[in-house]
Amino acid sequence: MSERTTDKEQDHVYERSMGSGPDLPNLDEVDLEPHEDGPEAGLWSDAWAVLRRNPLFIVSASLIVLFIVMALFPRLFTWFYPGEQNVEACSLSLSSNVPGQGRPSAEAWFGYDIQGCDYYLRVINGARISIFVGMFVTVGAVIVALTFGSIAGYYGKTIDALIARITDVWFAIPTILGAIVLLSVMGNRGVPQVSMVLIVLGWPSMLRLMRSSVLSTKEMDYVLASRALGARDRRLIIKHIIPNSIAPVIVYATIYVGVIISAEAALSFLGVGVQLPAISWGLMINTASARIINAPHLLFFPGLFLSITVFSFILMGDALRDALDPKLR
Amino acid sequence: MSTTVATGPAEVAGHTTDPDAPLLEVTDLRVEFRMRHGTVVANDSVSYALEAGETLAILGESGSGKSVSAQAIMGIIDSPPGFIAGGSVRYRGVELLTMPEKQRRTIRANHIAMIFQDALTALNPVFSVGFQIAEMYRVHQGVSKKEATEKAIELLDRVKIPAARERIDHYPHEFSGGMRQRVMIAMALALNPAVLIADEPTTALDVTVQAQVMQLLKELQQDTGMGLILITHDLGVVAEVADRVSVMYAGRIVETGSIQDIYERPRHPYTLGLMESLPSMDSRGTRLEPIPGSPPDLQNRPTGCAFHPRCRMARPRCATDDPPLLTIEGAGRSSACHYHEEVHLERG
Repeated sequence: MSERTTDKEQDHVYERSMGSGPDLPNLDEVDLEPHEDGPEAGLWSDAWAVLRRNPLFIVSASLIVLFIVMALFPRLFTWFYPGEQNVEACSLSLSSNVPGQGRPSAEAWFGYDIQGCDYYLRVINGARISIFVGMFVTVGAVIVALTFGSIAGYYGKTIDALIARITDVWFAIPTILGAIVLLSVMGNRGVPQVSMVLIVLGWPSMLRLMRSSVLSTKEMDYVLASRALGARDRRLIIKHIIPNSIAPVIVYATIYVGVIISAEAALSFLGVGVQLPAISWGLMINTASARIINAPHLLFFPGLFLSITVFSFILMGDALRDALDPKLR
Repeated sequence: MSTTVATGPAEVAGHTTDPDAPLLEVTDLRVEFRMRHGTVVANDSVSYALEAGETLAILGESGSGKSVSAQAIMGIIDSPPGFIAGGSVRYRGVELLTMPEKQRRTIRANHIAMIFQDALTALNPVFSVGFQIAEMYRVHQGVSKKEATEKAIELLDRVKIPAARERIDHYPHEFSGGMRQRVMIAMALALNPAVLIADEPTTALDVTVQAQVMQLLKELQQDTGMGLILITHDLGVVAEVADRVSVMYAGRIVETGSIQDIYERPRHPYTLGLMESLPSMDSRGTRLEPIPGSPPDLQNRPTGCAFHPRCRMARPRCATDDPPLLTIEGAGRSSACHYHEEVHLERG
């Protein structure tokens, strides 16, 4: 009923809003939205529809699946390989330390390393540690972030102040430097130790993201409405807060896998990651760095695999962000 | 489904009810928002009572504190900064304000339910409407998933959502505004509450859909005998369904009365102003009279009567004496104006 309407219209509007029952349109006939039997919609199914049509997603998802399969079942990539039987049989006579020897060839696609081991087999088997550490650390950090981030964001007040301040203090510890300190005092460093240290140092950024996301979600009307309909805190957090605030965390977590994989490689390169005889891309790069002129293939192949892995997780993160962030749609 | 709730159980959350008490009674409610830069009194001496089967409209402009009183009844005021500084809210004679949160929660939805202005934001976007309604039964009554879904379909049918069985798997954003509000109403009515608080239920809807939703609420009320508190700024909506009206201004009730009294013989200049700003059949060709000025800042409440700076009847006394809400012309009729007897003379 704005002033813009003419008098005639005003009368009309007045009648309609003040009008009584009999003049009302039949409830069963009007307001019937044509409902298409299309695919079911929701944040996740909408996101999936967007993702399916995004070539970046297709590429990154295929690469990620490839590397995960490589980590789980390396033999799938080696059974057809001509040098397969050489897997345990390294021969110093093939060492690439000898000038002009051990270069990539038809028999040894990636050449041989300085121990005379087949480098293709080593690079394939190196995927496991990188992928596992990346996944373990990310899952660990996400669990910490979801639990404490939603508690802090939802309950607010003292508990939030406590969690947020501890997070800030923790956040100030540089991840790589902190990891060097912690790992250098450990005698035995394997995947569990490296993962643990990276989780311990890596959760704050994820938690801060989750907390801020929860802070904006908890102001939504449906949270208030659900409370008005008798929901208790735990239900509100699990059913309303987490599903509606998890999207940015998922995006970040995907990129984070890539970040952790490169962090693991960096630690191995610096000599505080996993130890020999474990096979890891970081360790290979470490060994290769001194021979970059004589045997560049030793640096090239693990470096290439590492870069492609990190790249595909970051690409995937971007694709997810495009699909999940409604502001960009 | 349509069981009568008017009599209700003799016990509410472990407290014995008083059969003679009104269904819902709010007395001298005072709600403050304590902010760093001062305290805002959003509700001051707010009192009203609701009987079963009755519709009470709380009328007021934005910021008059009408939604705050509803949230105080539900116990969902954000605290801090919101505090209930005094008064009482009694449901069938049982005091709610002092009740522990655990008992209070059982009151919500089972006895008193609430629907919100914008049903799109009041429904969780990541779950289907069927899931959200069925959840009410699963959580509160512990029925199986299948049975809860059947009940949800039944309920959607009852709020006249066509093809309820198919639409149960749809998400909130796939519904039109009116349909969404019906879903919200269905959720609120799932457990047969005795009191339904509708906070601007039709504000986000267009006029024809408004009428349908109000009609639906009216029918559901007749079926169940529930008491309805309708919070609105829309005089048209009030005229359609309300039995009694309480007009709020600046956090206080300034006039109460039956719907006829309020429309035909307003006893407060603010109510009169509201009526005159409404187009009517016999105002053809004349200008509508808006109320001059804007609502007061509750932190700097005007002295005396809060409405006096905007009141055309204002006299010196109005700026100094704060008029109390006094009963006039018998029960259920009150006005907080020093000159309430002269208000009708002002009518143009």
